[in-house]
Amino acid sequence: MLLSSWDRSGWDPFGEMQRLRSEMNQLLNGAGAVSLARAYPPVNIWLGDNSVVVTTELPGLSSEDIDISIAEDTLTVSGNRVFAANDNQVAWRRRERPLGAFSRTIELPFRVDPDHVEAHCTNGVLEVEMHRPQADLPRKIQVKTR
Amino acid sequence: MAQEITKLPTRDFARGQAAHSTRATNVYRPNSDIYEDENHIVLVTDMPGVAPGDVDVTLEQRVLTIRGRLGVERPEGYRAIYSEYGEGNYERAFTLSEDIDQDHIEANHKDGVLTLKLPKAERAKTKKIQVKTA
Repeated sequence: MLLSSWDRSGWDPFGEMQRLRSEMNQLLNGAGAVSLARAYPPVNIWLGDNSVVVTTELPGLSSEDIDISIAEDTLTVSGNRVFAANDNQVAWRRRERPLGAFSRTIELPFRVDPDHVEAHCTNGVLEVEMHRPQADLPRKIQVKTR
Repeated sequence: MAQEITKLPTRDFARGQAAHSTRATNVYRPNSDIYEDENHIVLVTDMPGVAPGDVDVTLEQRVLTIRGRLGVERPEGYRAIYSEYGEGNYERAFTLSEDIDQDHIEANHKDGVLTLKLPKAERAKTKKIQVKTA
């Protein structure tokens, strides 16, 4: 190798760069995983026979503050969480509650009927129940004997 | 000011392992905002799924403890297929740095958010001192 002289001196700059790069990659990969895990708002999905329920925690929002839209097999939940107090007049000691506009699209396990959706918001928990369209339900086929 | 004393996992912590842990016995540390103006300390806590009647607030000396019991039930006839948040009760405690007028605390719980307005006791209020010119 061309660089063998460096090896003899006990220091390999290319080896060092390689090590730095792999450390960097690890860091970046880690950061990517974190941002994915924190998609807001967090959802739980429940599956029934021919229906699916999506629940999500949206404390501080009532049903009028939440927008829900359904297209084919995706559900989009959006809204806005507003500040609890005027910034200029108070001294903040702790701020942990997420604030601001949000929108999240969730992929459902099947196509749902947009006319057959029930959504409730109770104590800051949104529950959306969606059903499979009648046309998509599995049908029993009679086998005839000749 | 308010000093944290709770040593419970936050929801974010729980999220990574939430897939199978939806037992109602879990206890989480709810996200809280605390701010202060001249006369009040205000604490705003997110406790989604907790009904107003299931919130318990105690103030003993300067230790403020908040508890919330989860009232949400799993959708009947459904099984969980994907989970990003765990469900459970909430608990959190703070040590307040100032005396509070215990008789005039306002507590309000709406849409899963608890708001506590704690009036500072008379002697804890900041006193304005007049500087006289000689």
